Amino acid sequence: MHPNTRSKLWLTALGWFAALVIFFPILWMILTSFKTEINAIATPPVVLAAPTLENYVAVRERADYIHFALNSIIISFGATLLATLIAVPAAYAMAFFPGRRTKDLLLWMLSTKMMPAVGVLIPIYLLFRDLHALDTRWGLIVVYTLMNLPIVVWMLYTFFKEVPKDILEAGRMDGAKPKQEVWMLLLPLSLPGIASTALLSIILCWNEAFWSLNLTSSNAAPLTTFIASFSAPEGLFWAKLSAASTVAIAPILVFGWMSQRQLVRGLTFGAVK
Amino acid sequence: MSTVVLKDIRKSFGDVQVIKGVDLAIEDREFCVFVGPSGCGKSTLLRMIAGLEEITSGELKIDGEQVNDVPPAERGLAMVFQTYALYPHMTVADNMAFSLRLAGVSKEERYQKVRDAARVLQLEPLLERKPKELSGGQRQRVAIGRAIVREPRVFLFDEPLSNLDAALRVQMRIELARLHEHLNATMIYVTHDQVEAMTLADKIVVLQGGIVEQAGTPLELYHHPRNLFVAGFIGSPKMNFLNCTVSAVEAAGATVQLPGGASLTVPVHPGPLKAGDQVTLGVRPEHLRPSETGELQAEVMVVERLGGETFLYCQLAGVGMLVVQADGEVATQVHDRIAIKLNPVNCHLFTADGMAVERAIRHPLADLRRPVARKAG
Amino acid sequence: MATQTSTSSAATALPAKRVGRRSVNTWPLLSPSVILLFLWMIVPLAMTLWFSFQYYNLLSPEVAGFAGWDNYSYLLTDPALWTAMINTLYLVFWVLVITVGLGTLLAVLFDQEFYGRGVARLLAIAPFFVMPTVSALIWKNMLMHPVNGLFAFFSRSLGLPVIDFFTDFPLTSVIIIVAWQWLPFALLILLTAIQSLDHEQKEAARMDGAGPFSMFFFIILPHLARAISVVIMIETIFLLSVFAEIYVTTSGGPGLASTNLAFLIYLRALREYDVGGASAGGVIAVILANIVAIFLVRSIAKNIAD
Repeated sequence: MHPNTRSKLWLTALGWFAALVIFFPILWMILTSFKTEINAIATPPVVLAAPTLENYVAVRERADYIHFALNSIIISFGATLLATLIAVPAAYAMAFFPGRRTKDLLLWMLSTKMMPAVGVLIPIYLLFRDLHALDTRWGLIVVYTLMNLPIVVWMLYTFFKEVPKDILEAGRMDGAKPKQEVWMLLLPLSLPGIASTALLSIILCWNEAFWSLNLTSSNAAPLTTFIASFSAPEGLFWAKLSAASTVAIAPILVFGWMSQRQLVRGLTFGAVK
Repeated sequence: MSTVVLKDIRKSFGDVQVIKGVDLAIEDREFCVFVGPSGCGKSTLLRMIAGLEEITSGELKIDGEQVNDVPPAERGLAMVFQTYALYPHMTVADNMAFSLRLAGVSKEERYQKVRDAARVLQLEPLLERKPKELSGGQRQRVAIGRAIVREPRVFLFDEPLSNLDAALRVQMRIELARLHEHLNATMIYVTHDQVEAMTLADKIVVLQGGIVEQAGTPLELYHHPRNLFVAGFIGSPKMNFLNCTVSAVEAAGATVQLPGGASLTVPVHPGPLKAGDQVTLGVRPEHLRPSETGELQAEVMVVERLGGETFLYCQLAGVGMLVVQADGEVATQVHDRIAIKLNPVNCHLFTADGMAVERAIRHPLADLRRPVARKAG
Repeated sequence: MATQTSTSSAATALPAKRVGRRSVNTWPLLSPSVILLFLWMIVPLAMTLWFSFQYYNLLSPEVAGFAGWDNYSYLLTDPALWTAMINTLYLVFWVLVITVGLGTLLAVLFDQEFYGRGVARLLAIAPFFVMPTVSALIWKNMLMHPVNGLFAFFSRSLGLPVIDFFTDFPLTSVIIIVAWQWLPFALLILLTAIQSLDHEQKEAARMDGAGPFSMFFFIILPHLARAISVVIMIETIFLLSVFAEIYVTTSGGPGLASTNLAFLIYLRALREYDVGGASAGGVIAVILANIVAIFLVRSIAKNIAD
């Protein structure tokens, strides 16, 4: 038993070392958010002397923080809801009535995702300008919906394919019409999968920084834009920036942690069980 | 009245034909078993009857009405799946009541019917459980209960026992037989296990490569197999086959030359058989006996003692292995040389194209049918 | 009864010769997704193509009209484009190498039993959930800053010269940041793949005398092939258009040292207001992405679509 215990201790040390190295930047940011501005930039660095909440108070006092956060929430959830609504029927059709072209269709959908956003930035920008969609929440919701649709379809397709066909056939034998089949059997059965798909979509929307930086300025600007605005002169207020960043990532980090297992299962696109 | 009639039913997936023209009549209250090796098309055929697979061509009639294009639920059938296919998010009671709920039956009536079915299957204490809290046998019973509640014209079973362990399988087999008698309904049952087929069926349909090799009562198939395939498929251990030459043909039977020199007159209607024809002699292990005066000489290679009986795997010089079912008391050892006695009445002859030569004596039990208890009204 | 007789007569009237499973019309279910994605792909692309052949500068509206290949020849002769393209590929390549390499090692590590493994794993995957702007800011201000950053402090305490990351190694710095963000993704997927490896297979290999190294190279790595292709495919999709990290840290500089294609187009369009030139850049970005995509789809995506 001895050599086993010793190797386990070594592994523990190694594992925790690796984990802490990777996590360190985030940890350092969180620590900094509890320092005074002076301590935040002190050399040698102060690890944690006299923790203070003043930065969080300051962030809260900047009324616009709430505004940005609200935008993030509305846009992420709106786009996710929309994408899921559009994707469920398509994924259902592809998973349970596969045709000769189903695979090609899936690959084509994914390939639209490979088209770099910059390639179409100009026309989207101009379209948005003409449609008065610039700096609006609905504009960003539309873009995010389309941006995530291929991944949402593919993940739902993966999860739907895991639902045993027999159960749906039993439902059909029991007299379920296609709509009842979807509502009473398929959706309840794949609820965890749908939840993790939605979660991934929310995470991707929440963290998306290309469209939000280019298509919004103030009204509809989500947290990514808000944080990016600190890269300029205000970057000097590191402690406050850290506090703002901490609140900006905290919800999504907790979300992600809670759902990591299912998230990954969907993200492997069914290639890894 | 619930009959199922198949007329020249065919099924293709793309260019591949998997069911190549099946004609079959399943009678009212009959327990019909489709049996065959995997890939023979038995499940596809069942799913076509269920309405889960489209029928490429041919005619499917239930109670005399063509139902080729009637959706599954309106065919009045219920199906028990191999994987049970219970709805995991519903309780046992809700699983069983689902079809009635979809049909708009009132809640009270629904649960009355569920309770009735649960009583028959001894599921009453489990009604509020979810499927994942049940054992394999209990899930199986719920799946059957779900079928019973619908009061279908025909029950369909797709290898329902193959996911159970051996002991439970025997028990469920007996329960199914009793259930069939109790419900007095038409049942179609798919299995690859010939023991299930023999024990449960009124009529066995042996399928291979998408065609019906033979359909008949279990003992008809056992005693009068139509060809080599059926002869080898029904019965366990499988029938022994010996290549022989016909030496003489007369009205009472055909005389064949056995390997080793002895000759044997098998009572068959010889038909077109003539002296000099190559034939296959088939004889079941249970119809062979080790005996001093046997026609065949062989060396015992493996001895399997099951207690009540003993199987001897014997090497027949220049021919191959022969399985002999001997008494449990036999003291024969490996490498003993024994003589094996053939009883001509129990032998089958097959022509070179694999078809059976009609036996002269019809087995008295071959046409025995289960007494059908007519339901009042 | 009536309906049943009518269906039966209809069925006999039809020559019953259909092929395949249940023929269900799935178009109504598929069409919303397909049409939307088609529009999302084709409309902007067509517009980009159109603009790329126009003189179109928002600052000088008087110069307008058909430009022929001018925008392209201007762009293709502009060394900036080539720098940006090379930077793009360089960034994708190195981030893939780092994330897949380190990710595999970490996945093997996190597959072992150790105390507090669950929590350690949560910490290790955290960067995936951090928005790119925030992670860029953390690295820029708190770690890589030449005066107040933690790295500068470490260098100084060890008596080494302080590295000004974003001035001296701008692209490398961006690669480090992006790799940090994507490492957890690779780790998570590869870890899932390793855990899906049949235990009996590993035990059989151990019975056959496989040590840790032969176990890794002959059993684990081949098993990971599919998962690695998934990682490469998905990361490539996202890495081809890295933007926020550059925007926040180096703004593509110094000079063009850390400008990738995405950032170059952004510079042209929104800083120089040259819609025509930026569109030509967009078309080139799409072509580049498609070359990569064709390669990826052929070699990888086909396998995982099953």
